[in-house]
Amino acid sequence: MSVLVYIETSNSKIRKVSYELAYYGVQAGKTLDMGCVGIVVGDCEDLDKLTSCGLSKVVKIASNSNGDNGTIADAIAEVAKNHSASLLVFGHSSIGKSLMPRVAFQLNAGSVTGINSLPSIDSGQFQVSKGVFSGKAIATYEISTPIKVVTLMGNSLKPSLVDESELVIEEAAVSIADGSVTIKETKKEEGTVPLPEAELVVSAGRGMKGPENWGIIEELATVLGATTACSRPVADIGWRPHHEHVGQTGVAIRPNLYIAAGISGAIQHLAGVNNSKTIVVINKDPEAPFFKAADYGICADLFDVVPRLTESLKKFKAS
Amino acid sequence: MKILVCVSKTPETTAKIAFKNNDSEFSEDGVQYIMNPYDEWYALVRALELVEEQGGEVVLAHVGPATNDSIIRKGLAVGAHRAVRIDADPSSSEFVANQIANHAQGENYDMIICGKETIDYNGAVVGGFIGAQLGVPYFSFVSELTSTAGTHTVTRDIEGGVEVSEVSGNIVLSAAKGLAEQRIPKMKDIMMSKRKQIEVISPADFHTTAKVVKYELPSAKGGVKMIDAENMDELVRMLHEEAKVI
Ligand SMILES: Cc1cc2nc3c(=O)[nH]c(=O)nc-3n(C[C@H](O)[C@H](O)[C@H](O)COP(=O)(O)OP(=O)(O)OC[C@H]3O[C@@H](n4cnc5c(N)ncnc54)[C@H](O)[C@@H]3O)c2cc1C
Ligand SMILES: Nc1ncnc2c1ncn2[C@@H]1O[C@H](COP(=O)(O)O)[C@@H](O)[C@H]1O
Repeated sequence: MSVLVYIETSNSKIRKVSYELAYYGVQAGKTLDMGCVGIVVGDCEDLDKLTSCGLSKVVKIASNSNGDNGTIADAIAEVAKNHSASLLVFGHSSIGKSLMPRVAFQLNAGSVTGINSLPSIDSGQFQVSKGVFSGKAIATYEISTPIKVVTLMGNSLKPSLVDESELVIEEAAVSIADGSVTIKETKKEEGTVPLPEAELVVSAGRGMKGPENWGIIEELATVLGATTACSRPVADIGWRPHHEHVGQTGVAIRPNLYIAAGISGAIQHLAGVNNSKTIVVINKDPEAPFFKAADYGICADLFDVVPRLTESLKKFKAS
Repeated sequence: MKILVCVSKTPETTAKIAFKNNDSEFSEDGVQYIMNPYDEWYALVRALELVEEQGGEVVLAHVGPATNDSIIRKGLAVGAHRAVRIDADPSSSEFVANQIANHAQGENYDMIICGKETIDYNGAVVGGFIGAQLGVPYFSFVSELTSTAGTHTVTRDIEGGVEVSEVSGNIVLSAAKGLAEQRIPKMKDIMMSKRKQIEVISPADFHTTAKVVKYELPSAKGGVKMIDAENMDELVRMLHEEAKVI
């Protein structure tokens, strides 16, 4: 019996979420009294870095393919059977959400997506929890099947690293069949950390008055090494690209630091950001609802405060 | 084209969240429901656009009791031609997917479109399970979709960008923002929708394998610390020393 963790890669390198996934798998294995095995599709140069999370074995499936997630899922399900996996862990990411349902279906596994806790065993029952109703509640789920599948929300737990050791890489005895889907192209914003993975986020809303004023937000983000985000109306009227929209109907994030300037803090906005570890709100209206959800608040004109904050950060970084 | 659009109901976004039966069940007292926005705004509207271009029909699928008919009527008012309601309590995403896939098995839909996720439980899996059960390719979080003569170009959102694929034949997908623009039904459409058919079918046997056993409310925030606008050095110090995030 084992815990199987799907290791995400990008350009033959492990993605940041994979550390969290590997750590989660190893820790879950301790609770369930079984070993953890990583599973990776295609070549990856720096797999051995995952030993810092306590992972000691990875099974590699050779990638042939045109990129059909269905046939990749089938191959993963085969590997899971060969390794008598009793828990499979995917990231709650686009690839994790694409692969996971078909894998769970093939294995007759019960599943819960977007979890944020390690499993616990209560009266012999397997339990995990997740945020529901836009972060307004936490639900504990019980999964009753022999094989369980979960997807892990990003930034849910912080890996405590151990000394790196040897990693065993085993070639899987299964191969990926050709599927009917062909990936034509992948377009990515280069340079910045994608929002769902960002640890630091600077966000702005309608208080910015217009797209031409975003320079101060971008500068703050650059100095901080943060990713930019925005409220929904701002994306709707085209001031900012759609992928920056956070909230209930946009991206849900849980960074370590979320700085919101000129955002009122409507419930639907909070739904996507209130799992952030620390929230800083800059708003000129002392009644803005966002202050209730904030850890630090500055009640003033953002056009004044934001450049000032950028200057202070520059000083801090230089010291 | 024959397109099946899956529609769900969800508590209206400002609804008060409370629990009953020793915190094991969601309390529906006084809760207003709406159609899940991803289903209404994107999945349904793109399906209608495709059928307007190429002919065919848009059928709604809903798993739920008769009290949910008002949600289905809304979808019919927006423009769907008819609806199928599977008369069962939608106890989990797997259950819902299984019921819809069973219905779809005999129907040969060219396309099945779900919303990206429900905004209450955020499963984001119903479409994937339907695709798996039918053995049909599934695309998550689709923000652009074109279809000509049975070949589809599908653009889906991935972290920090998009991925464009091509596929022929039947597909299942989940609809994300960008796929279409919300349509507001007119009075006339609402009146017309009353005459459209909702076919009720009985659920197939299926054992739910994951269920909620307990709800709790998150612990309250400690309260906001207000910081003088003139003193951003102080904020930076606190973020570093107290919050330890920079
Ligand atoms: C079903 C549904 C889903 C939704 N989903 C989302 C979602 O996912 N994400 C989302 O963001 N919204 C969502 N909304 C919209 C949401 O309800 C709010 O309308 C929206 O978040 C408001 O955006 P805002 O805060 O940028 O703008 P506003 O509400 O207009 O707030 C602007 C704020 O800026 C402040 N301000 C103005 N000028 C300055 C200045 N010079 N200095 C400092 N502060 C200033 C004002 O005091 C005000 O608080 C949804 C709504 C519905 C009905
Ligand atoms: N009870 C239901 N009836 C019909 N479709 C549903 C139901 N529940 C969920 N769906 C569909 O599946 C999508 C994703 O749901 P979920 O995977 O539960 O987040 C929704 O946006 C709907 O399109």
